[in-house]
Amino acid sequence: MRSIPKGASPVDSGPVTVLSGTSSDSHTWNLVFLQLLLEEAGHRVANIGPCVPDRLLVEECLARTPGLVVVSSVNGHGYDDGLRAVRELRAQPGLARVPAVIGGKLGVNGTLAPDRVRDLLDAGFDAVFADGDTEAFTSHLSRFGLRAAS
Amino acid sequence: MSTAPGLRGDRFGAFVAASRDRGELVVQPRMGFGDPGRMRAGLAATRAADATAVGTITLDSYTRVGDHRAARGAVAHGTDLNGYPIVARSADQTRAVLDRLEGEDFPVQVRHGSAVPQDIFRALLDVGLTASEGGPVSYCLPYGRTPLSESVANWREGTEILSGADGTGRSPHLETFGGCMLGQLCPPAMLVAISLLEGLFFAQHGVLGVSLSYAQQTSPEQDREAVRALRRLASEFLRGAEWHVVLYAYMGLYPRTAEGARSLLRQAARTAVEAGAERLIVKTEAEAHRIPTIEENVRALEDAARAAEGTRPVAGADPDSETYTEARALVEAVLEHSDDVGTALLRAFSRGHLDVPFCLHPDNAGRTRSFIDDAGYLRWADTGALPLPPVARRSRADAVTSSSLLSTLSYMERRHDSRAGRRPAPGRNG
Ligand code: B12
Repeated sequence: MRSIPKGASPVDSGPVTVLSGTSSDSHTWNLVFLQLLLEEAGHRVANIGPCVPDRLLVEECLARTPGLVVVSSVNGHGYDDGLRAVRELRAQPGLARVPAVIGGKLGVNGTLAPDRVRDLLDAGFDAVFADGDTEAFTSHLSRFGLRAAS
Repeated sequence: MSTAPGLRGDRFGAFVAASRDRGELVVQPRMGFGDPGRMRAGLAATRAADATAVGTITLDSYTRVGDHRAARGAVAHGTDLNGYPIVARSADQTRAVLDRLEGEDFPVQVRHGSAVPQDIFRALLDVGLTASEGGPVSYCLPYGRTPLSESVANWREGTEILSGADGTGRSPHLETFGGCMLGQLCPPAMLVAISLLEGLFFAQHGVLGVSLSYAQQTSPEQDREAVRALRRLASEFLRGAEWHVVLYAYMGLYPRTAEGARSLLRQAARTAVEAGAERLIVKTEAEAHRIPTIEENVRALEDAARAAEGTRPVAGADPDSETYTEARALVEAVLEHSDDVGTALLRAFSRGHLDVPFCLHPDNAGRTRSFIDDAGYLRWADTGALPLPPVARRSRADAVTSSSLLSTLSYMERRHDSRAGRRPAPGRNG
């Protein structure tokens, strides 16, 4: 995918953070926004783009050995697509422990019900962020100890 | 201007033309549900709405990306889908959804978002439908990772599948999605140009019932100018086709309050009537939050119809407006690349002669940038390699941040929510 028009804080060293849409989701404004947000928090971002088949996500992660995987979905299929993707990821010995989070508008009925959030965590995500949880996400990112842009 | 309505049996186009002659704006939802019972109830409610309405079946995202296995899996497990899986459902099931609802007095259009539309078109013809939407560019760049060259080939074949059904008394109708692209921050001239070029592509491949889309942007004045530019270009370039113009209510980050959402929708309805668009696709008060219910869709249709009834057409001041001049320059530059519109589009994108701001697709050059000026007009900040005069670069720092991006994206949300006072629309749970 094309990189976004130059952000204020591109990062060119350190472990890479893989940012990805889900297999059926074509939205990209969320990905552009998250790439900028991650770069501002000091992350070097590989933005895999929208409509990423599970197989491609696994291949990209195996090739890049990321320090963090961020999955974003807003089209309403995020629960199902996320479950499938993270199971594929966790099935790879090399990716069993890589930190992975998901967020966005994950269902078609508004906020995801708590038992569905639980399913995503049980399947292997380390955190699940709802639509408006950007602040919780930025504070989650602080645990990666990277130097944020001032 | 379009010729004798319905001459070729395009049921969808004929309905819109007849409504226009009565002075009625046609309104249409973006409705789609996975469950056939709910889909049928949605069509019935649209038909019964107090408005001149046509029906919509919006397809789900698995069907859009051609993952019919996942769509069938979701059907088997009763999973919620974000649209109706027309390929995964049997033709009999879909016929039952349409039975005694769809007809000359209530045409139904299939809306999707697929760069691989062939199976979808076969499925809709199979159940007697003839109207759909899309385009080789607009159902590719905003909709995933299919290479543009493959999308152009798929859309050639797809358009010919539809035009092949002509002569059976059921003539196809295709609407361009080029007037929307990524929904926000694309200057109107580019949207007008792509929309028109996709209309030319359809006509070249035998579909002569065409509608040209344009999506509401950040300024009502500029939007009126764009709709008029599109009409003028269509009358100049789209000879031999029957066409009308469809306006989309705002396709970017939507107001979060119910009142703000309605205010933006009413503005769209007024723009449609004032500038002479024949059809309007509405958005609901749930837009910013989740897939809307049937009731929310009906409310939006009726709201838009009332706003349209209270509005009169307004004559345009300047036929050679900035939008018209720019769009015409883009269209002419593209058509110079080849007589075959598909080939011309491919060459234009590879040279950056068409280039959509903020589009991540690898076949988009990504050299253009846009901004919203103090009057609310959406303008070029950088024209990249577009065949347009370069713009004086704005002095303000060029780099985007996550918060500056979000603030630009939420320009319309802020304007309409702040007028409304901040009462968020009711959420649902599921
Ligand atoms: C623009 C838009 C489009 C454009 C997208 C162009 C593109 N390439 O990006 C177009 C018109 C093409 C489009 C198409 C579709 N869309 Co759309 N689209 C929108 C719209 C209007 C704005 C989205 C936007 O630009 N957001 C800006 C970005 C910055 O914000 P965001 O995406 O909302 O993400 C925020 C948070 O969710 C969060 N976030 C997101 N991901 C993550 C991840 C993490 C880890 C964290 C912490 C946070 C986080 O951060 C962001 C900032 O707060 C929204 C409705 C709205 N919000 O107003 C609908 C919407 C997202 N679309 C929707 C749908 C369903 C579709 C379609 C399937 C068509 C359809 N059936 O209606 C297709 C997608 C096809 C596919 N294969 O997936 C639905 C999703 C419904 C749901 N989840 O319940 C929405 C909500 C509209 C609606 N109410 O029906 N769409």
